[in-house]
Amino acid sequence: MSTILKVSGLTKHFAGNKHGLFSKADVIQAVDGVSFELAQGEALGLVGESGCGKSTTGRLITRLLEPTSGKIEFEGQDITNLSNNDLRPIRTQLQMIFQDPYSSLNPRHTVGTIVGTPFEISKVTPEGGVKKRVQELLEIVGLNPEHYNRYPHEFSGGQRQRIGIARALALRPKVIVADEPVSALDVSIQAQIINLMKDLQKDFGLTFVFIAHDLAVVRHFAQRVAVMYLGNIVEIADRDSLYSNPKHPYTKALLSAVPEADPDAVGARERIRLTGDVPNPINPPSGCRFRTRCWKAQEICATTPPVLLQIGTSSVACHFPEK
Amino acid sequence: MLSYIARRITSGVLVLFIVSAVVFSIFYILPADPARLACGKSCTPELMERIRHAMEIDQPLATQYGRFVKGVFVGRTYNAGTEVQLDCAAPCLGYSYQTDLPVTSLIKDRLPATLSIAVGASLLWLLVGLSGGILSALKRGTLIDRGSQAFALAGASLQIYFVGLILQFIFVNKLEWLPMPGYVSPFEMPFEWAKEMVLPWVTLAFLLSAIYSRLTRSGMIEVMSEDYIRTARAKGLSARQINFKHVLRSAITPIVTVFGLDLGALLGGAVITEYVFNIPGLGKLATEAVANVDMPVITGTVLLAAIFIITANMIVDIIYSFLDPKVRLK
Amino acid sequence: MRKFLDVKNLSVKFNTEDGVVHAVDNLSFSVERGKTLGIVGESGSGKSVTSLAIMGLHKGSRAEVTGEIWLDGQEINQLAEKDIRKLRGKKMAMIFQDALAALHPYYTVGNQIAEAYQVHNKASKAEAKKHAIEMLDRVGIPEPQKRADDYPHQFSGGMRQRAMIAMSLSCDPTLLIADEPTTALDVTVQAQILELLRDLQKEFGTAIILITHDLGVVAETADDVLLMYAGKAVEYGNVRDVLKNPQHPYAWGLLTSIPRLTGDPDKKLAAIPGTPPSLISVPSGCAFHPRCSYVSTVGAACSGTVPDLLPVGSAAHHLVRCHLDVKNREDIFKNQVVPKL
Repeated sequence: MSTILKVSGLTKHFAGNKHGLFSKADVIQAVDGVSFELAQGEALGLVGESGCGKSTTGRLITRLLEPTSGKIEFEGQDITNLSNNDLRPIRTQLQMIFQDPYSSLNPRHTVGTIVGTPFEISKVTPEGGVKKRVQELLEIVGLNPEHYNRYPHEFSGGQRQRIGIARALALRPKVIVADEPVSALDVSIQAQIINLMKDLQKDFGLTFVFIAHDLAVVRHFAQRVAVMYLGNIVEIADRDSLYSNPKHPYTKALLSAVPEADPDAVGARERIRLTGDVPNPINPPSGCRFRTRCWKAQEICATTPPVLLQIGTSSVACHFPEK
Repeated sequence: MLSYIARRITSGVLVLFIVSAVVFSIFYILPADPARLACGKSCTPELMERIRHAMEIDQPLATQYGRFVKGVFVGRTYNAGTEVQLDCAAPCLGYSYQTDLPVTSLIKDRLPATLSIAVGASLLWLLVGLSGGILSALKRGTLIDRGSQAFALAGASLQIYFVGLILQFIFVNKLEWLPMPGYVSPFEMPFEWAKEMVLPWVTLAFLLSAIYSRLTRSGMIEVMSEDYIRTARAKGLSARQINFKHVLRSAITPIVTVFGLDLGALLGGAVITEYVFNIPGLGKLATEAVANVDMPVITGTVLLAAIFIITANMIVDIIYSFLDPKVRLK
Repeated sequence: MRKFLDVKNLSVKFNTEDGVVHAVDNLSFSVERGKTLGIVGESGSGKSVTSLAIMGLHKGSRAEVTGEIWLDGQEINQLAEKDIRKLRGKKMAMIFQDALAALHPYYTVGNQIAEAYQVHNKASKAEAKKHAIEMLDRVGIPEPQKRADDYPHQFSGGMRQRAMIAMSLSCDPTLLIADEPTTALDVTVQAQILELLRDLQKEFGTAIILITHDLGVVAETADDVLLMYAGKAVEYGNVRDVLKNPQHPYAWGLLTSIPRLTGDPDKKLAAIPGTPPSLISVPSGCAFHPRCSYVSTVGAACSGTVPDLLPVGSAAHHLVRCHLDVKNREDIFKNQVVPKL
């Protein structure tokens, strides 16, 4: 499988508040030196809690945000600093689905307009015309093509998310970055959308970056999973290895915190309780950023930031990874 | 917090300087002889001569502006020809050649009347507007609400000169309950002062309380649907505690801002009100100066109005940061 | 012998321009001291409306609340606002999902907690503040004296939720209603908050109603489960019974469709077709029938009549609202549901 997307040393720093008249603004280190490769046709899960930088990473990959430093390569081409004009043909190949189906659709546009806009922007006319293709897309995502002229508020949350997916598919992209595509949906609808996305991936050979905080959801979609904490990737592994044998202490704690819908399982699992909150991304801890909440932390963790090292089929950034 | 205040004051002073420079320059940028402008409608050749001398027009603009600024701080003496020295004590905002008085003394003369109108009317409209708005919000949809809003709408849609003249006709001419509006010093004759101010106050307040009533009403209604009000109810707080300590506290913040700006603007001269009731205030001073084309006075009053508004803006920003803790961190 | 909280035939109706919305329809349940009831449902199920009804927070609005709510031997639904107000915060308290929106942005956290205390206790400002700091400490907020002077937006999500818990418990209420308290929080923080609630319950014997859509949270914290759909209870019982031996097709659908950390991840999720109904046009008969795969087994009754909430077999405390007869239900459960779990 060839590498379709390669990210190296991706970094994004935001300017925060200023304190005082002459001092420098705070620097929010949202994403710090993130590197990974995405193979054609695979689904990579990007998980982590709030502030870990996963959503920011998603927006950096699609160039919705400008990276502070680092490199993004799409199909071998360096797209990090391309101008908007040069980026346009690439954008047709690299699409995004957003979290909130209520705010990511323009309430004043009909569904037909929303799904048809990509054609307008990239000046591509599909054979048979835009309308025909739009109705095709609506059908593919499980919506009634007759609802072409309806407005977003006439649809439910799950249906709106389907509209967003249809829009993302319009130009036959190769890669889709899905940023929390099901978190805002009712539980009984989440499964429908996950199934839909899996079918689309199979039918159209799509490559996915699936960003989510829900580990169970990611497990049902991704083949490989990267765990992020405070702007760094702390572990990347294939799905089965990550969930059955997590190597990074944070991954372990994260998995143990997910509640299971089985009353018998309560008490059976090893419970790791992390204390305190995630540290401030303005002033992350020195060395390993997880050390302030890690039960294994030693001196070296404060002085030397760990790098991603291969252990078996996983890559872990930890001085004392689990066996 | 202190740095926020310091930043606000610094930017305020900076804006003040820029505005004063612009106002000053306009005098000279206008396609007319500045001396001619200062001379005004009833100009005589002798007056022109004095003005030319005094204004030192041949000096570069920057020097003239510099002298002007210096004059504001330390006073200035105009050299209006041989043996004629015109004294202008600090703060010197220019010299009115037509009336042969420094602009500052003209302003000092007229300021108390405008202050009386502005402060009195603003307190009245604040009181009426706030209570009307609160009442409307608490009794939403009822007759009281609709009545209050109708009253407010009437106030907003009628003109000052119309309302003022009608009220004057009824209360001064017909019923003779009130004397003719005018200005007497409140320190010398407080009751007379109040009686003469009632009509200007009521007229202005009728107009402006409308806006405040609507603002308060919509602000309160919006806040009442917020989650933290539901929490307050869940804690067992009484309706009064909730409405005043929680709802009003949040709703009042934008009102403070608007109030500060309205008051600031009014201090520069309640032009129409003063004109309608013939009260010798800054507004009247300004309109008279325009009619007579007395540029120094116009410049002076415009500058003063700008000072009031900029200062009001600054104070409002600072007060806002006391009311809204989130603003302080910026 | 009445339970601590006994809700009988609770109904909440809203008169809107589009028609009558039956947000809650004939709901009955109870909670004991020291126990947790998990109310599970999706959007439109009526779970939040139920909790607001218990607190009497619908009084003064366009809602019609009928039925009986017995709290510690006193019927509170017929109380006037001024009387039920005395119970709010003191006998029963509530915490909400979005702690940032639920706390007043212009008052310090300490001030708001002190206020909760002063409403029901004659205390000076200093005493109330001291109590507030104690509460912050009890919920595990570090440096409580300093934090009491901070504003809500200066707290992190987890700390804010702890502060809200501190505020709700400041008068030692015996009933705590938690409306989706951890939905907006990270999973590690959620675990901390749920543990905190468990510890506080053990310490004070508080009865807790935990409203959530997350079956995992329910499994971990609840003693009993009430599953709601379109305003009605569709299944009610002990947590083990409902989650391990569910009887209602909606429960089957939920349990087989949620992604889990165990089981085969490559198998397609058995999604429930369709969407939750709008409460203005609730489907006739059983509200779930348009999405139910077993309507054919029963026949016309599903769309014709609303099923009653009846005991499952001999277990008097496990109730289900469904037309399927016992035999069919057992078969379907064994043959079709269990393999997918």
